[in-house]
Amino acid sequence: MSELLRVENLSVAFRTRGGIVRALETVSFSIARGETVALVGESGSGKSVTAYAAMGILDPAGQVTGGRIVFDGIDLTEASEREIEDLRGREMSMIFQNPRAALNPIRRIGTQIADVLLRHGNIRRADAPAEAVRLLAQVGIPDPARRSRAYPFELSGGMCQRVMIAIALACAPSLLIADEPTTGLDVTTQAVAMDLVRDLARERQMATLLITHDLALASEYCDRVVVMHAGHVVESGPVAELLAAPRHPYTARLLAATPRPGIALGDLAAIPGELPDLRRAAAGVCRFAGRCDRRRDDCAGSLPPIPPGPLHDAACWNPL
Amino acid sequence: MLTLIGRRLAAAIPSVIGVVVVTFVLTRALPGDPAAYFAGPNADAKAIAEIRTALGLDRSLPEQFVRYVGDLLRGDLGQSLSTGRPVLVELASRLPASLELTLLGLVISLAIALPLGILAATRPNSWVDHLCRVIVTLGVSMPTFFTGLVLVYVFYFLLGWSPAPLGRLDAFFSSPPDRTGLYLVDSLLAGDAETFVAAAGQLVLPAATLAIFTLAPLARMTRASMLAVLSADFIRTARASGLSGGTVVFAYAFRNAMLPVVTTLGMVFSFLLGANVLVEKVFAWPGIGSYAIEALIAADYAPIQGFVLTMALLYVVLNLSIDLLYGIIDPRLEPAA
Amino acid sequence: MNETLRHVRHVLTENPVTLGAAGLFVFFVLAALLGPSLAPYDPFASDAARALQPPSLRHWFGTDALGRDIFSRVLVATRLDMAIAVSSVILAFAFGTLAGLAAGFLGGATDQAIGRLVDTIMAFPLFVLAMGIVAALGNTVTNIVLATAIINFPLYVRVARAETAQRKSAGFIEAARLSGDGETAILFGQLLPNILPIMMVQASLTMGYAILNAAGLSFIGLGVRPPTPEWGIMVAEGAGLMISGEWWVALFPGLVLMLAVFCFNLLGDALRDIVDPRRRS
Ligand SMILES: Nc1ncnc2c1ncn2[C@@H]1O[C@H](COP(=O)(O)OP(=O)(O)OP(=O)(O)O)[C@@H](O)[C@H]1O
Ligand SMILES: [Mg+2]
Repeated sequence: MSELLRVENLSVAFRTRGGIVRALETVSFSIARGETVALVGESGSGKSVTAYAAMGILDPAGQVTGGRIVFDGIDLTEASEREIEDLRGREMSMIFQNPRAALNPIRRIGTQIADVLLRHGNIRRADAPAEAVRLLAQVGIPDPARRSRAYPFELSGGMCQRVMIAIALACAPSLLIADEPTTGLDVTTQAVAMDLVRDLARERQMATLLITHDLALASEYCDRVVVMHAGHVVESGPVAELLAAPRHPYTARLLAATPRPGIALGDLAAIPGELPDLRRAAAGVCRFAGRCDRRRDDCAGSLPPIPPGPLHDAACWNPL
Repeated sequence: MLTLIGRRLAAAIPSVIGVVVVTFVLTRALPGDPAAYFAGPNADAKAIAEIRTALGLDRSLPEQFVRYVGDLLRGDLGQSLSTGRPVLVELASRLPASLELTLLGLVISLAIALPLGILAATRPNSWVDHLCRVIVTLGVSMPTFFTGLVLVYVFYFLLGWSPAPLGRLDAFFSSPPDRTGLYLVDSLLAGDAETFVAAAGQLVLPAATLAIFTLAPLARMTRASMLAVLSADFIRTARASGLSGGTVVFAYAFRNAMLPVVTTLGMVFSFLLGANVLVEKVFAWPGIGSYAIEALIAADYAPIQGFVLTMALLYVVLNLSIDLLYGIIDPRLEPAA
Repeated sequence: MNETLRHVRHVLTENPVTLGAAGLFVFFVLAALLGPSLAPYDPFASDAARALQPPSLRHWFGTDALGRDIFSRVLVATRLDMAIAVSSVILAFAFGTLAGLAAGFLGGATDQAIGRLVDTIMAFPLFVLAMGIVAALGNTVTNIVLATAIINFPLYVRVARAETAQRKSAGFIEAARLSGDGETAILFGQLLPNILPIMMVQASLTMGYAILNAAGLSFIGLGVRPPTPEWGIMVAEGAGLMISGEWWVALFPGLVLMLAVFCFNLLGDALRDIVDPRRRS
C-alpha cells in the first residue's frame, strides 16, 4: 500500500497570555491509501491540533515550529496557502464533533454542499443543486430534494452529521479526518454514522483518520492505532496487536480505563494524575513520567520518538 | 414572508398605543393650565376659555383621550401659534429634509463602520484594530453638536471646502421639482447635476456629524460579533472545505455577524433621531428638529407634541423594518413550510 | 479584600489610559467642588471692551461676546453639569434598580406592568422623549434632571431584572430561604447587595450619556438659561461665532464636555473590568 499522509517530527506551539504552549512535539505517524487509522488519547492530548495542522487550519495563535506534513507527495509545511486551500475539501476533508454547530445556521444545507462543489470547480453552477441532492441521498437522507432546502436547525443531530459527511465527501477526497464524529450523538445514531463513513470509505478507497477517546470504537473500525499523550505519540501499531499487548504504560492504562462488556464500571482504573502543563514541560522528555508507575531513573533522558510507519512501536524507556 | 410581516405589525401595535398614550399624558401633564399654555404667552382670559372649549379641556380625561385619538386619526395635530399653519402640514413639508439627512448619515456610518469592524476583527492587533478601538472609545464621547461645530470651523472657515452651514441649498440654487422631497433624489430625477452637487455639498458635513456619532456602536458591535462568529465551529468547517478566505468572511461569517448588528440598529436609530435635532440646529437645517426647537423657544406646544409623536412613530416604523430585515437574514425565526 | 485591591491596582496600572481617566476624574471632582473659588474672574462679569478676545495669558480660554472670561465660566460650570448628571443617574439608579428587582423577583403581573412601562419609554427615540418631557413639565433644570433620569430608567430596570431573575433560584438564596428568612429579607438582604456591584457599573457607564444628554438639552435652549454658565449653553453661545472664526468661544466648553464624557466612559469600562474580570473588553 502506498503512503498517503506522512507526519514527520511535527511540532506545534501556541502563543498564549500564559506563555508558549508546546501542544505537539515531534509527532510522527503515517496513513496509507485506503487505510483507517485511529488517533486516540485523553482530552487535551493534542489530537485535534494534529488534525488542524495537517489540514492547515490551525488558529492564528498556533504555529508549526518543526517537522513536515507530506500529503500525496506534497510538503504542506512548504506549500503556499493557496495550494493547501485547493487541497482542502477536495483531496482531504474533515468532519467534526457537534455537527449542528459545525454547519452554518443561516444557510440552506444544499447551498452549503454546493459551495464546496463550486469552490473546487468540477461542476457547473446550474448543476450544483442537483448534485447536492444526489450527495444527500448518498449519505442516506430521506427525501433529499426537500431536505436540501432545509436549514440545520430543522434537522436532527444525526441528520446534521450526515450532511457534514456529505460536505466532506462531496469532492471524493482521498483522506477524511473525522474528529470525534460521534460525540454528541446518541448510541444508535453513532453506530449508523460510523457505518456510513466506513462503507463510503471502502467504496471509494478513501483513507480515514478517526480521532476518538474511545478505544472500543477504534478497535471496531480501524486498521491501526496511534496513541497520543500530552502532545507526544507514545505508541502506534496494528490495532489487534496493540490492544492485545500494549507496550506503553499509558496505552495499558487507557485500555484499563475503557469500558468493555463484562467489566463493571467500578473496576475501571482511572488514569492517575493529570496531563502535565504544556507551558512548562521540558523539550524532548517523556511527558508521562510524572504519572507513570514504571518510571526509572533513566526516564529523564531524551526520548527517541517513534518513526512514522506501520510497525508496532512505543516511545518508552521501560516498556511492558 | 407575509405572515412574518403581519406578526411584526401586530407586535408594533402596543408600541404605537404606548406612544399615543404618552404624548397624551405629556400634554395633560403641563403644570398649570394647558389651555393657557396652548394659547401662548400673549392670550387673554377670553381667548384661553375659547381654547379650553376648543381643545375639549373642560371634559373628563377619558373623553379627552378619545377626542385626542380621533384628532390623530383624522391627521389633526393642531395649529402652530407662531406660523398659524396646521402642524401636520408643516411637519410633512419638513420631514423629507430630516429623513434625507438621517438616512445619509446612517449610510455613511454603515459604510465606514462595517468594513472597519470586519477588518479589525480579521486582523486583531493590527493598526486597523487599534484605529477601531480609538474611534469606538472617542466616538461615543463626542457631543454631536460639538463635532458639527468643529467640522464647520475646519471645513468651512479654515479650508473653505464646504459651503456655509445654512440649510439644504445655497441661495443661488432653487430647489429641485418636488417628487420625493429628498433633494438628492429629486435633482437626479430632474437630471440636474449642478443642483445635485450643491445639495450633496450641503449634506456632507451634517451627515458626517451624524455618522461620527453612530459609528462607534456600529463598529464596536461589528467587530465583536465578527470575532465571535469567526471562532465558531461552522467557520472551521468552511475553512476545512477549502472555501476561499473571501467566501468564508463574507458568505459565512459576515451574514451571521450581521444579526447582532441589526439588533443594535434599533439603539442606533434612537441615537440618530435624537442627534438629528442637534445637528439640524447647528447646520440651520430646515427639518422637523429645527421646527421643534423654534416651537420650544416660542413656547408653542402643538408643534412639539406633533414632533415628538412623528419621531416616535418614525422610530416604530424603523424598528419594524429592523425586525423584518432580521427575519430575512435569520431563517430560524420563520421555519420553512 | 486584598485580592480585590490588587485587582483594582492591576486594572489601573495595566492601561495607562485608565490611569489618565482616573486622574481626570479627580480633576473634575475638584473643579466641581472648588470651581467658583478657583475661578480667576467673575463668570458673570461682562466687559464690552474685552469682548471676543482670543486665548491669551490673561484669558486662557479667551473671552466671549460679552467679554466674560471663558476659562472661569467653564470651570464654574463643572458643578452644575456634574450635579445634573449625578442627580439624574442617582434617580434612575434608585428607581430602576427597585423596579428591576421587583420585576425579576415577583414576576407575573408586576413583571408585565414594569415591562410594559419600560417598553413604552423605549418606543421613543430617547433624546426626543427627553425634549417632550422638558417641554411638557416646564423648562427648568429640575425637569432636565427628571427627563434624563426617565430615559435612563429602562437600562437599569433591564439589567436589574435580568440579574435578579438569574439569581432568584441560586444556591445562596435557597440557603437563606431554608434558614427561615422572609421574602423581604431575601430581597433586600441577599439579592439587592448581590446585584449592587453590577448596578454600580451600569451607573458609571451611563454617567457619560447623562452628561451628553443634559448638555444636548441645554444646547437647544432647554433647562438652563443664560447667563448661567453651563457647557451645553456655552457651546450654543459660541456656535454662530464658529462661522466667523472665533473658535474659542465654543471650542473650550465643548472640549471640556467631551473630556468629561470620555473620562466617565473609560472609568465605566475599567469599573466593569474590576467587578467582572471575565467580561474584559
Ligand atoms: N487555540 C489554542 N490556543 C492555545 N492552546 C491551544 C489551542 N488549541 C489547543 N491548544 C492546546 O493544545 C492542547 C491539545 O489540544 P487538542 O484540542 O488538540 O486536544 P484533543 O486531544 O483534541 O482533546 P479533546 O479530546 O478534548 O478534543 C491543549 O492542551 C491546549 O492547551
Ligand atoms: Mg479535540
